[in-house]
Formats: sequence, C-alpha cells, structure tokens
Amino acid sequence: MGTGNILAVVELEEGAPTQLTLELIALASVIAEAKGGKVIAACLGAGVGEAVGRDLIAGGADEVHTVDDELFEPYQADAWLPDLEALSSEVGPVAILMPHTNVGADLAPRLAFRLGSSAATGCVDVDAEDLCFTRPCYGGIAREQVSFRSTPAIATIEAKSFDALPRDDTRSGAVIARDAAVTPDRIRTRVVERDTKRAAGVRLENANVIVAGGRGIGGPDGFADAKELADVLDGAVGASRVACDLGWCPPGYQIGLSGKTVAPDLYIALGISGAGQHMAGCGNAKTIVAINTDKDADIFASARFGVVGDCREILPHLVEEMRSIKR
Amino acid sequence: MHIAVCIKQIPDPEIAPSLFRVDEDAKQVIVVPGMSPVISPFDEQAVEAALRVRDAMGEEAEVRVTALTIGDESARRILKHVLALGADDAVMMSDPAFADSDGYATAYALSKAIAKLGAVDLVLAGRQAADFDAGMVGPGLAELLGVPAITFARKIDVVDGAVRVVRVLGDGSETVEAPLPALVTVSHEMGNVRNASLRETMRAAKKPVEAWAPADIGVDAGDVGAKAARRTLERLYVPVSDAQCEFVEGDGAQAVASALARRLVEEKIV
Repeated sequence: MGTGNILAVVELEEGAPTQLTLELIALASVIAEAKGGKVIAACLGAGVGEAVGRDLIAGGADEVHTVDDELFEPYQADAWLPDLEALSSEVGPVAILMPHTNVGADLAPRLAFRLGSSAATGCVDVDAEDLCFTRPCYGGIAREQVSFRSTPAIATIEAKSFDALPRDDTRSGAVIARDAAVTPDRIRTRVVERDTKRAAGVRLENANVIVAGGRGIGGPDGFADAKELADVLDGAVGASRVACDLGWCPPGYQIGLSGKTVAPDLYIALGISGAGQHMAGCGNAKTIVAINTDKDADIFASARFGVVGDCREILPHLVEEMRSIKR
Repeated sequence: MHIAVCIKQIPDPEIAPSLFRVDEDAKQVIVVPGMSPVISPFDEQAVEAALRVRDAMGEEAEVRVTALTIGDESARRILKHVLALGADDAVMMSDPAFADSDGYATAYALSKAIAKLGAVDLVLAGRQAADFDAGMVGPGLAELLGVPAITFARKIDVVDGAVRVVRVLGDGSETVEAPLPALVTVSHEMGNVRNASLRETMRAAKKPVEAWAPADIGVDAGDVGAKAARRTLERLYVPVSDAQCEFVEGDGAQAVASALARRLVEEKIV
C-alpha cells in the first residue's frame, strides 16, 4: 500500500509487445498520473531483455522488469503466477492491468485471489481517480461499473478500448532484468500440443475494413463472397458466433464477447442480427453498414447505413461495385 | 471418480435486447415475462462435458457427477433440469447469507462446498456466466482449492489420473494436460448439449436436492455473500446508441448495391 504505482502485465508476439499491451500501458500512465505513481511493466518470456524493455519504455512505461526464462512459453498460469506475485509484493501497486486475452482472462482471477483481491475482466473504460472500471455484461447489452474494496484493483483490458501512445524513443526509464521465481516443479500443467495458424492476408484485429457474416449469409459460399469483398477493400473477414458454431468458417473468425474485439473504420455486417454479445466485439467500429432481411434487426440500431434485403443476392453486386470504384 | 459441476442460474440471455431493461436505482435487471431464469449456457455445456467424461469412462469407473449452485430457491428448478440431464446429485446454497455474492464470495463458498463433498477429482464450470460475463469463479476457484486450472475447453478426456483438455485459443487451439484433481472451464465450442429424456426427467423428480447453509460448509454467515465481497457494483446501465441508420433502397439487388456503394463513396467511407 501507499504507492500509486500501476503494474502492467505484458503480452508479447514474436518478441515485441502486442498492440493491446501498448494500449493498456497508455491507460496505466493515465491512472499512474492520477495516483502519483509510476507505470511498471512486467515482461515475462523466453529471451526477453533490453530490446523489448526499450519498446515498453517508448510506449509509456516508466520502469520495466524483464524475466527471461523458457518456462514462460507457451503461457501457463502456473508458470507466470509466482513471478507476478513476487513482483506485485515488491512494487505494491494500486492496480494491476493485463490484456483481456486467453492469457489475461486465465491469469487475472488467479493472481487476484492469490493477492487477496479480486478482478474486473474485459474492461472498456476506467475512472482513474476512483479506480472504478466499466465493463460490458449481460451479453454486451448492459454495462456495469465496479470498484474495489480490496487492493490491488486488478483489471483485464479489452482491445481497442484505449489508444496507445505515439512511440517516443526519447523517454527514459530503467529496464531491470530479474531472476525467475518460478521453478519447473511449480508448473502442474503441461502443453502437449499447439495448433495455431494465422489466416493469410490482413489480420482481423488490425484490419481497417471488416466484412462479417452471420446466419443470414447462408453458408460457406457466402463466406467465399465475403472474402472477395474483403479482398477488394483490403480488409479481413469476420463472423458471428452462430456462423462459427455452424462450421461455416474457422472459429478464429469469431467477433464478439467470446471471440475477438475489433474497431475497424468500416464494418460490413452481412446477415448478422446484432445480438449484444456480437456488438460487444464490434461496437467501436467507426462506421457500421448492415444488410439484413429483417427490418427490425437490432444491428440497424448501431448502423450508419442499412439495407433491408438478402445479403446473398446483394453481395455479388456489391463486390462488382466496389471493384469498379477501387479500379 | 467424482466430478463436481458448478452452475449458475441467470435471466434468459436469449431475450431480445429491446426487452432488456435495468432498474438503475436497484442496480438490477428488470425481469419481464419470458425472461425466466435458465441455466447459464456455458454451465450447461460444463454439465454436458461431465456427462461425456462419464460416458467415455464407462460404468466400471463409477463416475459420479454432482451439480452445485448458489442461488435462491428458484435455483431448485435448474438443478432438477441438471439431474434430468443425468447428474447424480445436486446441492444448492440458497441461504439468504449467500445473497449478493461477488465472484470472490461465490468461489469461496463453492470451495468450501467442494471440500465438504470429499475427494473431488475434477471440477467443471462454464467459461463465464452469461449474465455478468466475468469468468472469475472458475479459475479463481482453482486458486482457492489449490488445484491446477485449464480454461476455455472444447474437449475433455480423463486418462490415467490426468485430464487432457483441448483449449480454445484466439487463432487455434492447444492441448493441455494436468494431473487430477484439477479444474476445467468449458467454452461454447464444446458443442451441443443433450436433451433430458422422459425417463431421466421422471427419475430426477425423485432425486433429492440438498440444501446447504453456511454452517454446513463450515463457514460463518459473515464470510459469504455480500459481506465477503471484494468488489462493489457502482452502476448498472444500458448504453444508448446515437447511431442514426440511413436505409439505402433500390429496385433489385443490383440497384441497391450500386446505391449503397455510391453513398459510401460520397461519405468518403471507401
């Protein structure tokens, strides 16, 4: 207690901080300023050191603790918890922020209870002064604001909720290499096999244009058309949960509460009804265009442009129209 | 082998958003007709996962599935449903002392109830409850029980005293193993759940639902429910969208596509 420090848990991809990590460091610096503390980044990984430390300082961290150990990859809660627990008791943060991903969502409740506190998951906003966090609930239809009776306040942060700071290489700060606290005997789980593949082309999370299909797109063929439109617009293809559950497209396409969170400039929703759990994943899009046969579909309440009609009929024409515009 | 499944009853999440209202003063959802409590869908899939493990291990493994819940008296109906699906036992903690638990208080009470059940090998829960969507109780409960946790399962096998789980990742999946006892949270990718047969429904009607008070699980009333909560709900509300939808029309699919493309160009969106 007593410090206003914020501990930011870093997630890496190919050795560099993820975009979401940089977003939550930007948020951490806002809270740290309100609380009169520092942003301290905790970076666990194999081969982490000065280089990634500099990335994090340039992104807004005041101090970076790196712990280099093979045991941290691939991520397992048992491997990460001892070092985060040790760092937390050393730093005494008022808040710990981590990305709302398969890592953060798995880790936050365990770290929180281990530290005698609790967590707020999937947060999209915060009152820095009161450490009161806003998060979607009831399948994305509602929002709740929660504060903590215990310290530290632990929160996982949803992607695209905050802007990362512009990279500033003139910022200074200490990068401290620590010895790992974790030992192999403390890791009870074992990753036997990993099957991850990134879809070719533009990444869904980073795409400026997303063409997303739901039940109304009719089947895998509809997704082939959606891909054509996405290609013309230099975008990526996404899907509603129902389309993924029906097996019409890979599960990695899923946008929504239990899938990915995106915030493109243009989101074209094809045959998507606009359930709260889906909108929780795309509600931050700048412009939503919706095509749906049901004029009362909830998606139209969030859309700037709407077409009441069958996307299966309109889509091929839209591909042609866009192609001639882009030519 | 004993499997405990933690379930929660919630307002029907399939309700149309237009019918969803919040009483901001009470910080509660306003229950309207058609919004009767249901088992949280992820928890129903956790029940399904438990039953699949029991089916796969065969009778000689003597797998026993116990469903646990914290909720008011109306949770009895949910537990009866779970018994009808094939669970062997059901326990509810409906004492008023348990009311207004947050994620921590819920996990704490469940950890004590599971300790009372005796040697539990596998604890299952939904990845999150479909009301507050927090996902706190599953992994947090593992922490309180001192067992390993594997989250977001789409497939669960028990082999040689270990649980082997296919875990959903953002861009694929991974297979993770842990020795029993362990806790696993179940994602919707687990797939369809079975229907209750008439025979099981009749049998379930005769199966008792045990009701445990704080004293039954060895805790003081002050250690559970709202008094044990570590978080405060400050506000619950429905955000309003300020988007104004411009409907684009045309005579036939070609004309509509053309009109839409033109508007997007005019507004410099493409």
